[in-house]
Amino acid sequence: MYTTEMSKNPTRQGPSAAEPPELLEAFEARVANDEFIEPKDWMPEAYRKTLIRQISQHAHSEIVGMLPEGNWITRAPSLRRKAVLLAKVQDEGGHGLYLYSAAETLGTSRDEMLDALHSGKAKYSTIFNYPTLTWADIGAIGWLVDGAAIMNQVPLQRTSYGPYARAMVRVCKEESFHQRQGFEIMMRLAAGTPEQKAMAQDALNRWWWPSIMMFGPPDENSPNTAQSVRWRIKRETNDELRQKFVDVTVPQAESIGLTVPDKDLKWNEARGQYDYGAIDWEEFWAVVKGEGPVAKERVKARTEAWEKGAWVREAALAHAAKQAARRQKEAV
Amino acid sequence: MTANEALFDYTLRLGDDALILSQRLGEWCGHAPALEADLSLTNVALDLIGQATLFLTYAGEIEGKGRDADKLAFHRDVNKFRNSLLVEQPNGDFGRTIARQFIFSTYQRALYQELMRSSDPRLAEIAAKALKETTYHAELAAEWVVRLGDGTEESHERVEDGFEWCWRFVEELFTAEPADAGLISAGIAVDPAKLRASFDATLAATFAEATLALPKYPRPVTGGRKGHHSEHLGHLLAEMQFLPRAYPDAVW
Ligand SMILES: [Fe+2]
Ligand SMILES: [Fe+2]
Repeated sequence: MYTTEMSKNPTRQGPSAAEPPELLEAFEARVANDEFIEPKDWMPEAYRKTLIRQISQHAHSEIVGMLPEGNWITRAPSLRRKAVLLAKVQDEGGHGLYLYSAAETLGTSRDEMLDALHSGKAKYSTIFNYPTLTWADIGAIGWLVDGAAIMNQVPLQRTSYGPYARAMVRVCKEESFHQRQGFEIMMRLAAGTPEQKAMAQDALNRWWWPSIMMFGPPDENSPNTAQSVRWRIKRETNDELRQKFVDVTVPQAESIGLTVPDKDLKWNEARGQYDYGAIDWEEFWAVVKGEGPVAKERVKARTEAWEKGAWVREAALAHAAKQAARRQKEAV
Repeated sequence: MTANEALFDYTLRLGDDALILSQRLGEWCGHAPALEADLSLTNVALDLIGQATLFLTYAGEIEGKGRDADKLAFHRDVNKFRNSLLVEQPNGDFGRTIARQFIFSTYQRALYQELMRSSDPRLAEIAAKALKETTYHAELAAEWVVRLGDGTEESHERVEDGFEWCWRFVEELFTAEPADAGLISAGIAVDPAKLRASFDATLAATFAEATLALPKYPRPVTGGRKGHHSEHLGHLLAEMQFLPRAYPDAVW
């Protein structure tokens, strides 16, 4: 998902020598008790590092996620659709801002995080490495990708790190709006002309599997899940969230006459859940590694925006410095 | 031109200016120099698309041929667009985008301050509603002009180049069309020539703070209000209009 564990290697589990056991114990007790940890509180180094990685990945996903949808702003088919899409992409940028700020409270800076994104060191959600080819993809992203984001982020409103939890509260409200408008685009297309309906089905065919991959590797292959769940950084496992998403989304597809592209998909009466087909994890790991269809375009677009904007950011800093100097001079 | 046709044309101009500039600003989304700048450019684009929708809806009603705002936006060819040449200019770098925005929003703020007193209640209402956001656009652009002008040598040069690109299009904003005479005397339309003093004053104050030299205006280039545009507008429309044109029976 936006924040899924994208490393196959477990992070160090045990306490480091420098961490006093009594502090660690008190920390674990507070977390177990569902208390919020705040920036000034003591926290284990591994907790801090995991959070920085998770929150910055989440922030990067928001801003890289502006690109596939931004791709259709200039081509949205009506004034209302254009305005809604602009507002949606703007919301995602805002999510990026809150999340970078939340990560900064853990002792990193936005510039450091962005450097890691541009150099390819930091990851972002695999989903944004797929192209948006038709207008229906904008519907599919809102419906499926924002829908999946909600599954993942609703529990994070109660995550143990206070600034992250509070950022999630603001974010979740907007994500549900995004999900609804995406579904509404799909609904309209599915009820439209035969070409529009075909466009909607084609988008679902292409976005379905990448969407359910977003929740990350299966639990048995997700080395850090146990620790993250214990620390309340994660509240449900990848497979649990994925199952929830499938169970909610399949009836929605059916209700608008679209077919989920999984021949093994069927309702399991005994479990009260859907069984679904095998996920191509090889594809997932390839995309994580940066081999997604448009991964190069995404990173290039972000890097170019950053580099081409350097003179603007420098100018803003230089002007602020000159102003401060002038003010100081006046004060003397 | 009948009075009704003149009012239609005038209202189209208002709507097309907002629509085309919004379309240009939308191109920045996801690519601006910093996240904050990205959000504020998108904000301006959003406000402008709202204004465009209101003006074009009204234009369609004035015309009375059943065209709504979408029909006007997506099913008109380039020579039927009435926007100024300024707003269709390509974004260039951030310096040029800011120069264009400063000129346009400063003009538009002055325009709405007058138009909100129009004897046409719909135009007055839209202008009054849009004035607050347009004031914000003008202030935002002026702050950037100061930052870039006063910032570094490079930014000073770049924003100057941006303005150099735009100066030839300023005159058009402040020139009334012959058909406007009746509307102006009836207190419906604003005589744009009357807005020039306010524009010049804002420009002088902002440029002083930005340490930029006042413009030497070149020979004006005009034609947008008559549908004689630059080469750029056709490409902008090809992109903007492609879906509704490719699927004329579809509802989105
Ligand atoms: Fe988001
Ligand atoms: Fe979203």
